[in-house]
Amino acid sequence: MNLLKDILVIDFSQFLSGPSASLRLADMGAQVIKIERPGAGDICRQLYVSDVVIEGESTIFHAINRNKQSYAADLKDAGDLQKVKRLLAKADVMMHNFRPGVMERIGLDYETVKVINPTIIYAEISGYGCEGPWQDLPGQDLLLQAASGLTWLSNNNNESPTPMGVAVVDIMAGTHVAQGILATLYKRGITGEGALVQVSMFESILDFQFEVLTCYYNDGNQLPVRSAINSGHAYVAAPYGIYKTKDGYIALAMTNILLLADLLQCVSLKQFTDSNDWFNKRDEIKEILADHLITNTAVYWLPLLEKADIWCAPVMNYDKLKKEEGYRVLNMEITVKTSNGLSVKTTRCPIRVDGKLLISSKGAPVLGEDNEKIEKQFDLIKEFSPVIKS
Amino acid sequence: MMDLPLQGLVVLEFSQYLSGPSAGLRLADLGARVIKIERPKAGDAGRKLAIKNLWVDDSSLLFHTINRNKESFTANLKDAKDLATVKKLITKADVLIHNFRPGVMQKTGLDYDAVKEINPRLIYAEISGYGKEGPWKNRPGQDLLLQSMTGLAYTTGNGMNGPVPFGVAIADILSGAQLVQGILAALIRRQKKGIGALIEISLAESLLDFQFELLTTYYTSNQQPIRSHNSNGHPLLSAPYGIYQTADGYIALAMMDIRILAEAIDCTLLYKFSSEQAFAERDEIKAILAEHLCSEMTSHWLDSLQRAGLWAMEVFDWEKMMTHEAYQCLQMEQVLDARGKKIITTRCPIRINGERLHSDKPAPVLGEHNEKVMREIVRSEM
Repeated sequence: MNLLKDILVIDFSQFLSGPSASLRLADMGAQVIKIERPGAGDICRQLYVSDVVIEGESTIFHAINRNKQSYAADLKDAGDLQKVKRLLAKADVMMHNFRPGVMERIGLDYETVKVINPTIIYAEISGYGCEGPWQDLPGQDLLLQAASGLTWLSNNNNESPTPMGVAVVDIMAGTHVAQGILATLYKRGITGEGALVQVSMFESILDFQFEVLTCYYNDGNQLPVRSAINSGHAYVAAPYGIYKTKDGYIALAMTNILLLADLLQCVSLKQFTDSNDWFNKRDEIKEILADHLITNTAVYWLPLLEKADIWCAPVMNYDKLKKEEGYRVLNMEITVKTSNGLSVKTTRCPIRVDGKLLISSKGAPVLGEDNEKIEKQFDLIKEFSPVIKS
Repeated sequence: MMDLPLQGLVVLEFSQYLSGPSAGLRLADLGARVIKIERPKAGDAGRKLAIKNLWVDDSSLLFHTINRNKESFTANLKDAKDLATVKKLITKADVLIHNFRPGVMQKTGLDYDAVKEINPRLIYAEISGYGKEGPWKNRPGQDLLLQSMTGLAYTTGNGMNGPVPFGVAIADILSGAQLVQGILAALIRRQKKGIGALIEISLAESLLDFQFELLTTYYTSNQQPIRSHNSNGHPLLSAPYGIYQTADGYIALAMMDIRILAEAIDCTLLYKFSSEQAFAERDEIKAILAEHLCSEMTSHWLDSLQRAGLWAMEVFDWEKMMTHEAYQCLQMEQVLDARGKKIITTRCPIRINGERLHSDKPAPVLGEHNEKVMREIVRSEM
């Protein structure tokens, strides 16, 4: 069941991009050790959101770092650095998301680590790659959304550029680095060779837009135009979008407009007999639909459409979602416990293996809580010898 | 070119549209041989799904984008002879991916329990909309609908907007990416233990996982996340997090200390706010900022902000982004030759041993590799 049993991951990363990748590796059975600065630790510990705090630490830190261990080490201290190097000698994977140059200064860049451990998978996430004029800019989610054109894809055309309200760049970069780590671990199983895996948030968020960027590359570079109303996707025909009804919102995906006209008894839609117009005249169509759907309730419209297998759904917020049987059967909520007795309710790994949920009750570590245990497990002290100054 | 990490692996893709095929694409770019198993005549329904009415040949540009670097093998799974051939193919495959609704693979006799019998080492990976149980299991697993059902549409846009969906197929792409993780981890276990695995993902679970920060905060506080009145960048974050209009464009401001910001942009009205108020008073702070920032050009503000070490960025569209050296040096584009038609698309975002992963192999014509697959896999004695 533990797919990654006996895989040791040493994670120097902070915030979300790297830590979201190591969370997934932990959920699939790897031992993940966060290397954190003594005193402060991962900066995310203090990144409070929405004024909600769990025992002095942010809720999101607990969400991102459950199921991991924490080893506090000052990488500027020679003794600590040597212990970390001993740990790396036994690791399968090392990951970090420092800006380019930081690991070189510390002396834990790939070339150095490879000498200590030639079979290690060394994975790094940067903001904009290790070359070019933006390499030293901060790799922050919203800023990458802004830089990559992503903000021109959501919301209606008269609205400002609209960022996605979840850290999509961090999370996509995290999935990509996890993919690279796992693929090279697989190859190592055959060849015995280590590897360097590099992902940048910029490349990840461009990849995320691969469908629409490919349109742009090949349609004579016409910039995306979001629909004027009820926009769901800048490149998709009517009715694609979210519509207001008398009592809430419904979503309509790709659908035959003439069929929709019949099912909703919306006569004005029947004039759109040419399916090319469903894209070319989508604003006009959407306006007619919006005016029509507001006249009745979601519970009236949805069954009419569902009966005909039209792609539609009610739009829910968390309060509504949480009450739904369809949500409850997913068993997405888990409660994890920290070493100091704190219970935190969060979500589990979305992957099921051999029909089973991947659940761990281990909460996020207190800073440095595993130092002793890790030093023992990996003999970091016993082998410790005085540092020879060069 | 180095040996790609997944070289030698055979992946059978019984998937349509985007979620499953995006997983197949990643595995192909990492070196696996990915064979689409398609219905004769029609094939993957994604062949006929165009966005912006863009077509390459009989198949849409969208299909070509998602299915490059793959082969196509046609088989009618309702025909006994074809089914026997497919089963023979399965005995020689390493991974099988499908994204049919629950029950469909059982009907064709290719569900995991049946397939495990003929290939116990197979990694069998499936994507559903909402899992295999419960009242939603037969609902269509379509991206916008999943965004709508999972609360995601209330994270984006401003407080005064209705629900605003992401304009990219996030549920499809994320579930595909997570499926790849599960498949690769199962392949690693197989190397050690010699056993196959069943890997399951649903679009619903993927999108709930995606919102883990928001949901964990919600479970703790029982407070629905609220988008700020204007310039919403993330419902959980304090001012100034968001995008603001300037005299000649837009600028994005990430997390930063309000006091330092006030000084950097010389905005006296902001001086009365402390960092502690930056969440509770964010609507007021953001309104003041919006008013202040539209008075000068983006470059003016960027200079002041970056000099103060604050996290800010100009908002680009693709046209402007693509003329920038920072984009060009990534070499993110690659060219496919689709039987005489040139298609420019993006490459795999992962670099291995310092090398970018390119592939110029276009998406297959329906059934293009029938003979090759018969010869090299089905009839071979491997």
